[in-house]
Amino acid sequence: MFLAVRELRFARARFTLMGAVITLIAVLMVLLSGLSHGLVRDGVSGLQELPVTSLAFSHGVARDAAFTRSVISLDTVESWSRQPGVTQAAPFGSALINARSSSGVEIDLALFGVEPGSFLAPKAATGSPLGTADGIVVSRTAADAGLRLGDTVTVDRLGTRLTVVGVLAEQHTFGHVDVAYLPLAAWQAIHAGAGPGEPVPDRARQEITAVAVRGTGVDLAAGDAAAGTESMTLSESYGASPGYTAETSTLTLIQFFLYLICALVAGAFFTVWTIQRKHELAVLRALGAPIGYLLRDGLAQAMVLLLAAATVGIGAGIGLGSLVGEGVPFALDVQAVTVAAALLVGLGLTGAAVAIARIAAVDPATALGGNR
Amino acid sequence: MNTHTETTRQASRPDTPGPAHQDGLIMRDVTMLLGDGEDTVRALDSVHLTVAAGEFAAIVGPSGSGKSSLLAVAGGLAAPDSGTVTIAGRPMTAASRRARTALRRDLVGFVFQSGNLLPALTAIDQLRLPTRFASPGAVGRDPMDLLTEVGMAGKADRRPHQLSGGERQRVGIARALVTGPRLLLVDEPTAALDQARSRDIVQMLARETRQHAVATVMVTHDTEVLQYCDSVYEMMDGALSKK
Repeated sequence: MFLAVRELRFARARFTLMGAVITLIAVLMVLLSGLSHGLVRDGVSGLQELPVTSLAFSHGVARDAAFTRSVISLDTVESWSRQPGVTQAAPFGSALINARSSSGVEIDLALFGVEPGSFLAPKAATGSPLGTADGIVVSRTAADAGLRLGDTVTVDRLGTRLTVVGVLAEQHTFGHVDVAYLPLAAWQAIHAGAGPGEPVPDRARQEITAVAVRGTGVDLAAGDAAAGTESMTLSESYGASPGYTAETSTLTLIQFFLYLICALVAGAFFTVWTIQRKHELAVLRALGAPIGYLLRDGLAQAMVLLLAAATVGIGAGIGLGSLVGEGVPFALDVQAVTVAAALLVGLGLTGAAVAIARIAAVDPATALGGNR
Repeated sequence: MNTHTETTRQASRPDTPGPAHQDGLIMRDVTMLLGDGEDTVRALDSVHLTVAAGEFAAIVGPSGSGKSSLLAVAGGLAAPDSGTVTIAGRPMTAASRRARTALRRDLVGFVFQSGNLLPALTAIDQLRLPTRFASPGAVGRDPMDLLTEVGMAGKADRRPHQLSGGERQRVGIARALVTGPRLLLVDEPTAALDQARSRDIVQMLARETRQHAVATVMVTHDTEVLQYCDSVYEMMDGALSKK
């Protein structure tokens, strides 16, 4: 570090410029991480909050649209509850609707139909739990959007009126739409297209979207074979959320290229830096500096630069992230940012190491004569 | 052709090294070839050179005659094709690259053209740096004492671009001596200096050579400074002869 620190101080303009580039990459990395996590939360937090290990959909359903296309019989719940390892199984319905509240708030809702009192029934932070036939418990984000306890929410086209009886403490969203839990019977009526006072067909009373399963060591294939369903683990089911796979893969690709750019930028900088120092390195080798000493010194220099720039960038990124408005799905996750920062520094260091390895090839004899 | 080469070899062979030379530099029958095939050049042609501890030897010769190659081989920067080099009784030529680096670190000090100081370091740090990678147990000298000795104590915190050519060279000499070397190899120390400063630097080298009992080999074009040297050799087409 003796030489590394002094060179950092002496060539501070060059290192500051390089550090600024790494800082900007780190800012972008934090913002992308926040957007990525925010989009995931916006897309599947309603599923993440479900206390289930797997969901059984209709056999052969399109896996990327299972929540909207799957229809299975209520009987399959019984079949699943008998499977070894299953501790609880309950019917689950999902539907996306447009609605308007009595206070004039237009809102899209993801209706999650569950049996009141079942393990799927949410615990409201304010208000009361599911119970009344037309009562709904909504996500905190729906309350943020303007829904209040006691508001009446009218489903577009059907005219079905639902009453907000409870609000959840956390964000529960599905496909970027706020989740509203409602009794399964009410969900079945809406799913069947039956308006107020209209009869609900008996067939519709037997239809659900999926069986929500909780258990340990459950043989999903055996359960599917017995119930005629197609199961997904909870995390697999995220891919069935509208737009989830496309969004996450796009952001992952952007992040991948960002890491690649960081490695290449660090590699390019230290390549030029090492070439510029070639004569000095030859002098040091002539003075007896071991190659290992020079490599360690160069890597320490790269590490100091990357760590300092990444720290500043992450701080700036978090600061900028806090300024992002409510309309943007942005949520920072400490673990995700830590992993991203480690990757940024690690890959940057790898790029620098490839460049710094050139030190080993410097011929000390070039320190003699007029070689410059 | 063969006759001429043999004559040159005979002329360049010095006296058999005595006990006093064992602490200095001994090069025996050293040959180094550069290039390939028909382009092969004898950079060093059966060179014999012995410089005792406390002796200040100068090597003169035209550009391209092999002076830098001689310094490179003597200091272990390059390996010869044949012949042997020993410094203070330690064989240099048989050593591996890593071992040569260690021997160089422990036994050899280099003074380069224009000092070749590191631009990021102050004068005192130029001297501290070699002590950072010195071998364990190496007996070095105090960097500030050495700077004082070469008259640079007052400019210890200056970087190379804040020093004159002569001052840079003084720091370079101090840096070469800080690890307590047995052999000092000096490459054109006066190349960028005027006559007065050249004389000053070479006098200092002569003084340090005797004071520290180090064997010093200086390559130079400057015949004005040869009066301060104990022995003078001439290099011509890779062959070395005593003047």
